[in-house]
Amino acid sequence: MPEVAFKGIREGLLVSLGDGDWPSLEQTLYEEVGKQGTFLKGAKLILDVDAHSINAASMGRLRDQLADQGLALWAVLSRSPLTEQSAQLMGIATRIHEPDPDPEQSDDEVEYVEEPSEHLALTDVGMMIKRTLRSGANISHNGHVTIIGDVNPGAQIIAGGNVVVWGRLRGLVHAGAEGDDNAVVCAIDLSPTQLRIAGHIAVPPTEREQNGPEVAFVRDGQVVAEAWTNQNST
Amino acid sequence: MAKTARVITITSGKGGVGKTTATANISAALAALGNKVVCIDADIGLRNLDVVLGLENRIVYDLVDVVEGRCKLRQAMIRDKRLEDLYLIPAAQTRDKNAVSPKDMIRICDELRKEYDFIIIDSPAGIERGFKNAIAPADEIVIVTNPEVSAVRDADRIIGIVEADQKGPAKLVINRINMEMVERGDMLAVADVLELLAVELIGIVPEDQAVLVSTNRGAPIALEPKSKTGQAFRDVARRLAGEEVAFSTANGGGNFFGRISKLIRPKAGS
Ligand SMILES: Nc1ncnc2c1ncn2[C@@H]1O[C@H](COP(=O)(O)OP(=O)(O)OP(=O)(O)O)[C@@H](O)[C@H]1O
Ligand SMILES: [Mg+2]
Repeated sequence: MPEVAFKGIREGLLVSLGDGDWPSLEQTLYEEVGKQGTFLKGAKLILDVDAHSINAASMGRLRDQLADQGLALWAVLSRSPLTEQSAQLMGIATRIHEPDPDPEQSDDEVEYVEEPSEHLALTDVGMMIKRTLRSGANISHNGHVTIIGDVNPGAQIIAGGNVVVWGRLRGLVHAGAEGDDNAVVCAIDLSPTQLRIAGHIAVPPTEREQNGPEVAFVRDGQVVAEAWTNQNST
Repeated sequence: MAKTARVITITSGKGGVGKTTATANISAALAALGNKVVCIDADIGLRNLDVVLGLENRIVYDLVDVVEGRCKLRQAMIRDKRLEDLYLIPAAQTRDKNAVSPKDMIRICDELRKEYDFIIIDSPAGIERGFKNAIAPADEIVIVTNPEVSAVRDADRIIGIVEADQKGPAKLVINRINMEMVERGDMLAVADVLELLAVELIGIVPEDQAVLVSTNRGAPIALEPKSKTGQAFRDVARRLAGEEVAFSTANGGGNFFGRISKLIRPKAGS
């Protein structure tokens, strides 16, 4: 019988699951939560599922079942990229501490790995998503984020590093979110609702033409956008 | 001959954009084309599909009665007065929304699949339990939106949820297009909406006061042969049934496609 451990931490109630297959772990979780009765009601749950892969449909069910018992699924911690992606799609957090910025990291070390079976590949420094982020999608990652697709109004990306959008960027984006002024945001069509780099907020121009690919970066304490072909001036 | 119905859920995100109107008209038009159709009102507590179809006074049992075993499924199915192959399963009026679960909806649809061609489900607005009930049994999802920024934004969100649920690509009906407003640049055009949502368009329905009149009479406008709005809904039904139907310029299709992209672009400071 798999086991479930509860532990109160600063951010909420951390729930760790023992070994076993996902369906029986899920079942045990519901039973354990049920046993606690009203004791847990209203708790902010941080669920550590380790390497289990949970798709978006199962993630939604999990959240609903817990909500029925009066528990808010606030964060899901996992080593599985699929699980992280499903959680982020539902607006569930995937990390609970602000990650420490890595001073050693430089752009030269960036490395993307493609996993053929998943939509998403995750390494220490990069996250790649091959689909359009629609309104309500919420991606946060401590490294670089690449989107192959559009980022629609109402979607949000918060990245510790750079953000590259191979498509139209019309949502909210925050690059260098941990304070890196050297972070950049690139998009084929750069028309964000709001763009931030580290502590700087860009004011989008009132009238914009379609300018082609652009890159936004911080110059003299201000966010500026330039055509992609004009890279040598930076 | 055994049938295998397609279960199609009509949903929107934002409320009041015309889901119920679309459900009634698409169902009626599909039945008029010779299909056996059941429509289900999944908007527990706020039922109104029965009113739009003019079947309110025939209700004896409802969806919750079926789920709770107070009647057989057949007993809750009301046959339409005009079309003999159109049935309605009404929602309960005043009961607890949680009386129906997604599993119940799947079971009910599975029971109906063998005998019908289409099961059309009218979803409530939002993303709560009622919405989940409505999409659980769906094979296909039709999103209804108005050409208006907030409705389109909510539609986008719903499409994202539907995609994550692995329901396949959603289809889109744009309802209440006002030609004059599009021409004046006061309204999003079809191209603007499509550029953002990037899903298959299966209908453009004009703004038309006759919709309200037909709703009040309980007679779907899709059954009025001369109505252009009725034609727009009949075209949606034919596209769903697999026919290729061009978007007619008589319906304003040509002009609607012009775009005013600055409306959809975020403005400074927003
Ligand atoms: N094409 C149209 N032209 C004019 N009025 C319309 C049109 N389509 C719908 N309406 C009107 O808009 C109102 C809302 O429509 P409807 O009830 O179908 O929306 P809904 O999406 O089902 O709403 P809810 O979210 O409350 O269930 C109704 O009064 C209806 O008559
Ligand atoms: Mg309705």
